[in-house]
Amino acid sequence: MKHILSVLVENKPGVLARVSGLFSRRGFNIDSLAVGPTEDPDTSRMTIVVDADNLRLEQITKQLHKLVNVLKISDLDPRDSVERELVLIKVSAPPNMRPEIVETANIFRANIIDVSKSTLTMEITGTADKIQALEDLLRPYGIKELVRTGKIALARGKLAEV
Amino acid sequence: MRMTGAEALIKSLEKEGVDVIFGYPGGVVLPIYDALYDCKTIRHVLVRHEQCAGHAADAYARATGKVGVCLVTSGPGATNLVTGLANAWMDSVPMVAITGQVATAVLGTDAFQEADITGITLPITKHNYLIKDVNQLPTVIRQAFELARSGRPGPVLIDMPSDMSKAEIDFKYPEDFTIPGYKPVYKGHAKQIKEAAKLLTRAEKPIIYAGGGIIKSEAWKELKDLAEIIEAPVTTTLMGKGAFPDEHPLSLRMLGMHGTRYANYAIMDSDLILAVGVRFDDRVTGKISAFAPHATIIHIDVDPAEISKNVVAHVPIVGDAKTVLKDLTAAVNKIEKPYADKTRWHAMINEWKKKYPLHYHQDGQIRPEYVVETISKLTKDKDTVITTGVGQNQMWAAQFYSCNTPRGFISSGGLGTMGFGLPAAVGAQIGRPDAVVVDIDGDGSIQMVSQELATVAANKLPIIIAILNNGYLGMVRQWQELFYNHRYSQVDLNVGTPDFIKLADAYGLKGVRVTQVEDVEGVLKKAIEAREPVLIDFMVAREENVFPMVAPGTSIDEMLGGIPGAAISQMIDEQEEEEKDETYPVGTRGK
Repeated sequence: MKHILSVLVENKPGVLARVSGLFSRRGFNIDSLAVGPTEDPDTSRMTIVVDADNLRLEQITKQLHKLVNVLKISDLDPRDSVERELVLIKVSAPPNMRPEIVETANIFRANIIDVSKSTLTMEITGTADKIQALEDLLRPYGIKELVRTGKIALARGKLAEV
Repeated sequence: MRMTGAEALIKSLEKEGVDVIFGYPGGVVLPIYDALYDCKTIRHVLVRHEQCAGHAADAYARATGKVGVCLVTSGPGATNLVTGLANAWMDSVPMVAITGQVATAVLGTDAFQEADITGITLPITKHNYLIKDVNQLPTVIRQAFELARSGRPGPVLIDMPSDMSKAEIDFKYPEDFTIPGYKPVYKGHAKQIKEAAKLLTRAEKPIIYAGGGIIKSEAWKELKDLAEIIEAPVTTTLMGKGAFPDEHPLSLRMLGMHGTRYANYAIMDSDLILAVGVRFDDRVTGKISAFAPHATIIHIDVDPAEISKNVVAHVPIVGDAKTVLKDLTAAVNKIEKPYADKTRWHAMINEWKKKYPLHYHQDGQIRPEYVVETISKLTKDKDTVITTGVGQNQMWAAQFYSCNTPRGFISSGGLGTMGFGLPAAVGAQIGRPDAVVVDIDGDGSIQMVSQELATVAANKLPIIIAILNNGYLGMVRQWQELFYNHRYSQVDLNVGTPDFIKLADAYGLKGVRVTQVEDVEGVLKKAIEAREPVLIDFMVAREENVFPMVAPGTSIDEMLGGIPGAAISQMIDEQEEEEKDETYPVGTRGK
């Protein structure tokens, strides 16, 4: 089962290597890992998507906790969290195909961010399903390049805080 | 006070109460060695290879309970130390290693003697630091010592670029400091402890499985108290040897691959296991799916990640062994007696002990087991530390040396580092100058570190180096004999092995060769009384095997050998097995 771990770490050199090294040497698979600073410049947040059963997840969490630079780990419940991923897609777009591709992008609320003679590059954010659907639709035109940030997620605000 | 980084480093070590450093100088640590030159309180022990600085600091820590400290240079000095760190990491030994590093200005440029040692040691240190701001140094050292000795202990490395050693700082050793992401739990959960106490008083066939954690948290008295109150037999791991007296009536000695038959039978047949400071290592559990099928498992460990890692614990208790055992004993004492009747359990165990004692054949040759047994006998009432190599010598030492005091048996458990014995003896003897230190070693193991005879000589350490010389890489040969059809591939050491007596002589040490069984005791007696370094080369039976033995991948009650009078290949006394099934039906597994 897929789990999204939100890991708060100290913003120190080598922390990413410590975390990724731990996953690889203990044989835990990472689906994606996204990292960046938080509201506090001394800490960073890693969003790690892992595919693991509960026992394995428990072991991953415990091992992560042993890293001195790891401050807090939350296993985000999809029902109580929001998640997004940003994807850039460069699709081949000869002039005659262009309107069709732009139309498709609009339906998905993707933004065209670069245009060249033969290509269009668009950005899209959203859930994995939505991104996958757009990717599938664009594939017949020829996807030149694609890059994704990996999932980032936060727990939803508590109802009481609204 | 204004001083250089190197001076601040030494000053900080002094503040931490460090009295010995094991080390080896080199280019980028010159400023540190210069600062050390003026230091009156810290003794520096010059080893002859950096790996041995690690092992010596490691054994020093195990023998004394203090944090071991080692200091080496950058590049090859640091990479040579890697095995020492990995060894300390696997056996949870509190250690602080200081490595020199090239100047920050050239870091990352493949400078002369540069190695990314913080990167290399990420997986084998509890934490490591690269000093990039010399003002952080005192805090880092303070944190490093705290990390090394608290919680589940382990090695911490500090990488010190040469310009940091030369830079000036206003030295002030921090009184207060925090490590935000580090909060070891010492006190066990009260409800879990209550539950554990209930199970312990109700179990009819309980067993305590105790490991190195007992020694780390100095919980040996608490362990003994609890075992005696609930009358539970105690088996110890290799790391736990000495945590419970081997000669105590409740002792089952060591369990696992080369454990006693009675320990393995008992744990497999038990209805309750109290596991303390252990990690259900594969050398203990054997085939894990078959391990202790009837037992409810209570697992106490200070490291939450060890609980349910290999074997699922029914009652997990995260906490320090000493604190938890104390609370557990109190909880047991609150439960009204009588506790469950264990008469049958003890009768069964005593029967096994009688039938399957550790034994060996005496036939005129020097049996290695006999050498160990004699060492055990002659040092019985003396403050003694045994260190070992790795392989057959280590297992015979673990089986036939009766260790009745904690910190009396120091061996490389998790990593299984051949060559550990001699540098470990150096560290132990320096930490405990009055103790009788015996390195029970193999001819293979000692050749990996024989340069340390120089350290022994230079420091006039009264270590007894007892080589069980069979001219083979004995444990590998044993596996080849048993599982590879006697195909002895690359294990014969007879050609090329030096004359150990001449080798000792070359270092100015006394060497004695023992070829006759009747000389063993006399030579050892003399060596123990002499209080000077001596190497004894025991020419032992070449193809002696360590038995009993659990074949790899099998259940730990399926052992080879270890039945007096039976053929080696005989695993179980069939008649006995039937009896066992009859008297002790399966299916008592707890909830």
